[in-house]
Amino acid sequence: MKKYNLEETYITDIPEKKALSTKDLQVYYGSEHAIFDANLNFPRYKITALIGASGSGKSTLLRCLNRMNDKVARVEGEISYRDVNINSPKINIYEVRKQIGMVFQRPNPFAKSIRENITFALKNAGITKKSDLEERLEQSLKGAALWDEVKDNLNKSALALSGGQQQRLCIARSIAMRPDILLLDEPASALDPISTSKIEETLKVLSKDYSIIIVTHNLQQASRISDYTAFLHLGHIIEYNSTVNIFTNPQMQATEDYVSGNFG
Amino acid sequence: MNAKKIDRLATGIIYALVAAVIIILIAILGYILFNGVPDISWHFLTSAAQSFSAGGGIRDQLFNSLYLLILTIIVSLPIGLGAGIYLSEYAADNWFTDLIRTSVEVLSSLPSVVVGLFGYLLFVIKLNLGFSILSGAIALTFFNLPLLTRNIEESLRSVPNLQREAGMSLGLSNWKTTTKIILPAALPGILTGLILSAGRIFGEAAALIYTAGQSAPTVDYTNWNIFSATSFLNPMRPAETLAVHIWKVNTESVTPDANLISSASSAVLIIVILIFNLGTRFLGNKLYKKITASK
Repeated sequence: MKKYNLEETYITDIPEKKALSTKDLQVYYGSEHAIFDANLNFPRYKITALIGASGSGKSTLLRCLNRMNDKVARVEGEISYRDVNINSPKINIYEVRKQIGMVFQRPNPFAKSIRENITFALKNAGITKKSDLEERLEQSLKGAALWDEVKDNLNKSALALSGGQQQRLCIARSIAMRPDILLLDEPASALDPISTSKIEETLKVLSKDYSIIIVTHNLQQASRISDYTAFLHLGHIIEYNSTVNIFTNPQMQATEDYVSGNFG
Repeated sequence: MNAKKIDRLATGIIYALVAAVIIILIAILGYILFNGVPDISWHFLTSAAQSFSAGGGIRDQLFNSLYLLILTIIVSLPIGLGAGIYLSEYAADNWFTDLIRTSVEVLSSLPSVVVGLFGYLLFVIKLNLGFSILSGAIALTFFNLPLLTRNIEESLRSVPNLQREAGMSLGLSNWKTTTKIILPAALPGILTGLILSAGRIFGEAAALIYTAGQSAPTVDYTNWNIFSATSFLNPMRPAETLAVHIWKVNTESVTPDANLISSASSAVLIIVILIFNLGTRFLGNKLYKKITASK
């Protein structure tokens, strides 16, 4: 593998309002330093892609943003959301996760009916009125472009859906909580091209109302759907810029090699 | 040898081993049922045991076994669930958890007769509970708990971590995720464990001889007052179970029809375990389908 100077980085500031930003974020797995000095501003109501080779730390970084790494890794530094540092031990992580939802690489619907997959967490969050639940159910399934396919089978098991449908159900389940920010960890990597393009369309539409941060291995996907892209290498954020610039006018040698396929 | 031949040979050996298991099972079950079932009659199931004359039944022993089974499960299931949930969902991976796990394993290999003698010394003598259903139930809990805990832990563990992450990412607490998502998904495995342990409890004799006792006093099946000495529900009375009865009839009984009683009792024992097994599985599947909405 080529050696790059990891201290040399090119990180732009964003003109948009910030949905989330990290300051001097460090992540350690035991004694292993996994993320070095991450300073990133994620724009509101835009899609930001995190790209990089396997082991570059992009998933690790993503999972810090809603404190999913709590028991797995040590996270130091600041993550500010609405001027609050959510990486503080005093923060109620359950509330954070209601505001910052997450969709995972492999579809993970609950072993419950489609309806309950959506309503379960809502009920837990204190929404009990039937009409409210039904409204959110329909809205979220429509938002994830799944409504037309399942509206007659809402009481059927979610596990009977196809992989692509399950993943859209997981997106629906997240947006039913009406979070501010949606984190997606390679949401389409286990899916076929048709399901993938459906998910991408869905995300495009959702980005009008949600700030989306997506980890992806698929460079075309990043360039198709994202507005900003961060390139990570060995735990360092090498370059962060608008997606157009990252793909057509990269400033760093490592970024250029990665997006043009000459990496490693 | 080429891969194909090796594969065929291995398949053949595996089939032979499976056949051996099935043949042994059928032989034992067939022998017991064939010898016992013809002697089972309504009279046999509903009359009291006789100490000296022929024609005694197993009414009290059968009831005692069922009662003891239910009491033991009531005592051990909550503890087993709690310990299993702790070990699988809450415990950190450190020396202390390993210590608990090792202790549970050691406990599960204790001979039941040792558990019985321990129960005799502690509950019957020291705590003054006497030979009683309660002493028996606690001794059986000691005997049953390790395997039940281990089984519940394994069942919970086998639920993919993705499910926990899904719950966490929706802002559910660890407890909610465990009880409402992980536990229902683990239900079939937990049920299997419960059925296996119920079979062990129902068939256990050694641990009960010293704790629940070997005598079946006449009880009044119409007396529902749990505190009354003659009530069938009184947990402080001595209670000979079916398995203990089989052992006793075969060792120290003077009834002329001891052979008949023991073979018929064995058949009843196996039939009840089968009914319990199938019944629990049926109910469990229904429950599982209901909560998971699978058809």
